[in-house]
Amino acid sequence: MAETVQTDQLDNSDVVQRRTNWLRELTQHPAVSLTAILLLMWIILSRLSPYFFSLDNVLQITLQAAVVAMIAAGETFVILSGGIDLSVGSIFAMSAMTAGLVMQAKMPIPIVLAVGLLTGAVCGLANGWGVSKLQLPPFIVTLGTMSILRGFALLINKGIPIFGANPDFAFLGQGRVFDLIPVPSLVVLGVYILCWFILRQTPFGRFTYAVGSNPEAARLAGVGMSRQIISIYVLCGVLAGLAGMTEASRLSSAQPAGGVGLELDAIGAVVIGGTSLFGGEGNIVATLIGALMIATIRNGLNIVGIEAFWQNVVTGFIIILAVYLDRLRRLHGAA
Amino acid sequence: MDEKRAPLLEMRNISKSFFGVPVLQAINFDLYPGEVHVLLGENGAGKSTLMKILSAAYRLDSGQILIDGQEQHFKVPADAQTVGISTIYQHFNQCLDLTIAENIFLGRPPRTRFGLIDWRQMNRDAQAALSNVNTNLDARTRIGTLSIASRQVVEIVSAINRRTRILVMDEPTAALSEQEVKRLFELIRSLTERGVGVIYISHRMEELQSIGDRVTVLRDGRNTGTHKIAEMDLDSLVRLMIGRDLNQTNIAPLPDDMPETLRVENLTRKGKFQSVSFSVRQGEIVGISGLMGSGRTELAQSIFGVHPLTSGEIYIRGQRVNIRIPGDAVKLGIGFLTEDRLGDGLGASLSIRDNMSLPLWASGQEYVYGLFLNRRKERQLSNEYSRRLNVRATNMSMPVRYLSGGNQQKVVLAKWLIARCSILIVDEPTAGIDIGAKEEVHRLLINFTRQEGGTVIMISSDLPEILKLSDRILVMAKGHMVKELNRAEATEEIVMGYSLTSIKG
Repeated sequence: MAETVQTDQLDNSDVVQRRTNWLRELTQHPAVSLTAILLLMWIILSRLSPYFFSLDNVLQITLQAAVVAMIAAGETFVILSGGIDLSVGSIFAMSAMTAGLVMQAKMPIPIVLAVGLLTGAVCGLANGWGVSKLQLPPFIVTLGTMSILRGFALLINKGIPIFGANPDFAFLGQGRVFDLIPVPSLVVLGVYILCWFILRQTPFGRFTYAVGSNPEAARLAGVGMSRQIISIYVLCGVLAGLAGMTEASRLSSAQPAGGVGLELDAIGAVVIGGTSLFGGEGNIVATLIGALMIATIRNGLNIVGIEAFWQNVVTGFIIILAVYLDRLRRLHGAA
Repeated sequence: MDEKRAPLLEMRNISKSFFGVPVLQAINFDLYPGEVHVLLGENGAGKSTLMKILSAAYRLDSGQILIDGQEQHFKVPADAQTVGISTIYQHFNQCLDLTIAENIFLGRPPRTRFGLIDWRQMNRDAQAALSNVNTNLDARTRIGTLSIASRQVVEIVSAINRRTRILVMDEPTAALSEQEVKRLFELIRSLTERGVGVIYISHRMEELQSIGDRVTVLRDGRNTGTHKIAEMDLDSLVRLMIGRDLNQTNIAPLPDDMPETLRVENLTRKGKFQSVSFSVRQGEIVGISGLMGSGRTELAQSIFGVHPLTSGEIYIRGQRVNIRIPGDAVKLGIGFLTEDRLGDGLGASLSIRDNMSLPLWASGQEYVYGLFLNRRKERQLSNEYSRRLNVRATNMSMPVRYLSGGNQQKVVLAKWLIARCSILIVDEPTAGIDIGAKEEVHRLLINFTRQEGGTVIMISSDLPEILKLSDRILVMAKGHMVKELNRAEATEEIVMGYSLTSIKG
């Protein structure tokens, strides 16, 4: 008797829950409040400068955000799994350099791209191996590889940039679809749709959250830990490699010293997006908004004519403010 | 205790809900100076919520807190401390690398004229406070080097030093030896002689009579009444706690012709257990009994692939299998409910639903096109099982950390049932959950074996639980399987007797 009552209650609450859910989930979704803040920033900036809110400039912002956004997508997976990847800036340079070398050897574009992505994958493999097999803290492993890979990137061509991009290769970084939309922006869109889908609909995505929430529980539930962790770092490496080639293509040169400090922008974008640095909680769409926010600050302050050094100051404040707002939202949601 | 004196503390009509679920409903509670008032109740009855409201860790939804007849409006925990309320939690809030004196004066050390910390004064005052309670601890000892009992003494001394008038003690004897308990009780009495009121929370019913003056029993967030302890016996307290007499669960006898599902031969993990062999059948519940350190948990872990075996063979339905990692065991249809739910059973930040479906996905079942998650199936299964297991939650996408211990345990059970495991190893399945949830877990295990043809291997320190559920009982001692007992021949004394077997060599 008592059991039936309980059952009914649960049934009911379930129906009610589904009805109110979409609205609540929408307003509670971190990406929504972030988008609101981003739009607010755009409104303020367009007040300050007539040039800001033009189609051209908005596309420009997406282009400026592209490199950080690609890296931040991979970084989101790593941070969701409870790790961190500091080596993305170095992988970025490594991939650009290996791709540049292959291009110098007059190899066809698909091979150039494959080599660049493969370089990222191998670097990610090394990170994942160190984390899962050597059982070292991700911070340590990637701090080490950050330095190692930077060294290799410089050694490859004795520290000299590789110039002379193939015009076909330039399309990746400089091309515009319909003479309007920058190719890197479209690549970013594709990357995020794919990553969103992976996190939501595939076991790989689900295990990423599980590993970050409680690694021991994930292992005991039957998740293959080494495979999962290594795959996550490989994915992050591949995306860093993609970003490296995009930048090389945009600049028509591969810079062995490029991408220094990129990991901080990428981590900043992830954190602005509300992903917990402890792992297990977060959202990739919000990371994209975070990356757009960072690019907006850079672009907007430029257009408004504020000294470039202020960009760092404002970016820092935005990171702290965003995480604080997210904390308030969580507290509110829990009470 | 003198009833005519004015109460030190009155809590009137205290109510509190979480996520729309009422946790406390119009609770009245009072405390007189010099009294030990015991707070009793199952897990989730609302004891800790009530105490957290008193110490201002939670805000109350409605009701009043009066101290010396004055209504209080606490905003932050410091407000409660200011009026003399201190709480000593089961897990102490101490800085292990600091000395006793530094811990006692944490946050308000004595200062010299120049505003620097006056170390001499601090050590002298701390030493005086310590000798006041007749301990021979040195105030300059680092906390981290002390025993649990000594650290508790330091907590009490800190509380006295903060001029505490109301002291809340949460399970103070959980980790103490008998001797240490005696000393603690003396210390508590010396506090009450000075007029301090003590609120005492404990699950150890036996000790209540020797320390408590009055008892208040909470059940499902309601006050079932306050009584003088001298006028109550244990049975009536249990009845007040759970609201009824305990049910008798009956298990149908196991038919003789059930096929063997799991057999292990000569399992050895060096230093943990040696040459353990046994087999279990479909529909059967086999209990593994033994003292802590007998190797029972390690045995289960090794069968499940958590730690590698040194030697031995495992057969499932007659087939030799090789289990290297837990993932192998899960794919073979074995489930493992561990002792430490939050430590290794659940992802606290994940939703109830995501926790429930994890082993299903990890074992590779229910994919669409072999690649994608079948989220409709996931929703359907998780709803179905939370109904069947009576998981009390408002929302399946709620993080599992907001559930009570008993409901968390049901989520862990649900995840293995959803993954359709056929052999379930459960390690202390009802530890730390209340009597009601315990019965539900028992009913589930019986249902899983007798109705659905599953097999259960149950490790438990709770002998009545082992005796009630097990068709056979395997007794382990010092890493060896020393005895196999039938349901009919097992009693607590016999099982305990074999657990104490000493092994030579």
